[in-house]
Amino acid sequence: MSAPRAEDVVAMARIRAFERQVSRAFKDGRIPGFVHVSIGQEAVAAGVCGALERRDMITTTHRGHGHCLAKGADAGAMMAELFGRADGTCGGKGGSMHIADTSVGVLGANGIVGAGLPLAVGAALAARLRGSGAVAVAFAGEGTVHGGSFHEALGLAALWEVPVLFVIENNRFAEFTDSDAIWRGAPLLERARGYGLAAAERIDGNDVAVVRAAAVEAVAALRAGGGPRLLEAMTYRHHGHYEGDPAAYRDEAETAAWLERDPLEIARRALAADGRADVVDAALAAAEAEMDAAVAAALAAPEPALASALEHVDG
Amino acid sequence: MADAAGSAAPGASAARDAVTRPPRYVEAVARALHDELAADDDVVVIGVDVGAAGGAYGATRGLYERFGPERVLDTPIAEAGVLGAAVGAAMAGLRPVVEIMYMDFLTVCLDPIVNQAAKLPYMTAGGVAMPIVFRTQTGGGRSSGAQHSQSLEAMLAHVPGLKVFLPGDARDAYDLLRAAVRDDGPVVVVENRRLYNRRADDFDRRAPLPPGRARVVRAGSAATVVAWGRMVDEVGRALDGDERLASAGVELIDLRTLVPLDLDTVAASVLKTGRALIVHEAVADFGPGAELAARIDERLRFDVEGPIRRLGARRAPVPYSPALEAEVLPGAPRIAEAIRALLES
Repeated sequence: MSAPRAEDVVAMARIRAFERQVSRAFKDGRIPGFVHVSIGQEAVAAGVCGALERRDMITTTHRGHGHCLAKGADAGAMMAELFGRADGTCGGKGGSMHIADTSVGVLGANGIVGAGLPLAVGAALAARLRGSGAVAVAFAGEGTVHGGSFHEALGLAALWEVPVLFVIENNRFAEFTDSDAIWRGAPLLERARGYGLAAAERIDGNDVAVVRAAAVEAVAALRAGGGPRLLEAMTYRHHGHYEGDPAAYRDEAETAAWLERDPLEIARRALAADGRADVVDAALAAAEAEMDAAVAAALAAPEPALASALEHVDG
Repeated sequence: MADAAGSAAPGASAARDAVTRPPRYVEAVARALHDELAADDDVVVIGVDVGAAGGAYGATRGLYERFGPERVLDTPIAEAGVLGAAVGAAMAGLRPVVEIMYMDFLTVCLDPIVNQAAKLPYMTAGGVAMPIVFRTQTGGGRSSGAQHSQSLEAMLAHVPGLKVFLPGDARDAYDLLRAAVRDDGPVVVVENRRLYNRRADDFDRRAPLPPGRARVVRAGSAATVVAWGRMVDEVGRALDGDERLASAGVELIDLRTLVPLDLDTVAASVLKTGRALIVHEAVADFGPGAELAARIDERLRFDVEGPIRRLGARRAPVPYSPALEAEVLPGAPRIAEAIRALLES
């Protein structure tokens, strides 16, 4: 077990603290709408985005807060967005499922399952044709891989040889359904290779050092012109599909086993072996303070001007 | 132009035509694409058969040879994935023109159009630009069957964020497509394949009109007829086919674009004539004519003499049999009948 980089621990701690605040604020009725948090899946976001540069682009899902934060979106602006305020990333017009910040390469979370995959292929095509040297990453859940957009995106990516990395976060459940129970035929990695991807690999999605190493290798291959690739990151969401979902469909013993494998605990154990267990606690304490401040700022931020409801309709 | 469509046209006479005669509608489309590809390296043309094959109807003929496979991209028949990729490319700096071969096929790839392209600029408060053109074509009346003949512009115009251009002749096919590529928001350009071989005789004389400006095709003071796409031509045939109608003073307006909508030109005409008929190839029920009639009524309630009328296809999928198809789609005889009723109201 190799110890994680301190910056990856910080990234995970910030996601954890952000999501805890969001969960609390939603429960208190201060965040409207639908909210899906990524507690338990922080290592995937931190490890993959840690391997990226600012110019690189990501698309993500309804469970995208972690990816956006790890890619460099401002936590305060994201929190304000969730509170529907004028200072939000999208002026309060996007919300949890639609956070985007192109200045740091976040092309957006997405409320349509699978929609981000072809978007990332197109972004990678643009990067290749414009010679920008950037790569694109599409984050998606394992529930996405049955839909047409997954298959069309992989086929096009291979055909056009674009620098895109598909990161499938396998958190065991497609909304409320056990993903293993709705699977027949060849496993995911075989399917991906069948479309002509350069590589498809299953990794431990809860060990950020493992995720980082796999992502660094994949991104280097993409930048070298090696063709699209896929990572299946095995992980587990600690909360239900949405905030408020009692998640009665889960097996308690399985949940307990996964909680033992909490990505922050895995990092703590690895760092303890080096005598640096305090790195995790220090990162969590700093992140809690940062996100407390983000919530306070969001609550103090103004409501959007009503006239903005009709702005940006036509591009 | 010779590069775009002329050089690849078969035979020497076709090549001569291309330099001596105004372009056909389909050649005007190819010319607009050619000129945009030449003007801006970020413009790419993407779609099924648009590259080496030159397009199912020749609308991209010559582009692949001139600009190569990195600017004119052939794709598998996977519209949802292709359109999604085009949307992502637009967000990342390209200006894609992506083709949906038949308008009916929009229904297999609505998510990238409706949920992504139309909504992302809004949901990000302008944080992402969406300079993308969805080129498609319709054109009932040639027994193409119900899945290759439907006019769905009402559905598109109903979605906030989408612009909808419907060129009715070669001049507009060129001008509106170029304007669409220059637009930083998503535009659907709906061509009509039954116009593809038509030339606009005044192509070189007519000044380009921007989107959102209707064109008075025939001036008159007795009644106003509003149409777009092939129906502009069909209304003209209806008027010319009846001496009494031809001299009755019917004003014919080509709306050119549904979004943006030039209600001012329409209202000015109806204020003058007091009578209005809207003709479209789309089904009348819940169609664009209903919206236009309501808008005219809201503005001119006490200035209109009779009910504002609309004529569209009858409420049926477009049938295959030529006899049945003629029964469903609005053609010159039914249009003439509707105009006579309008004049008598």
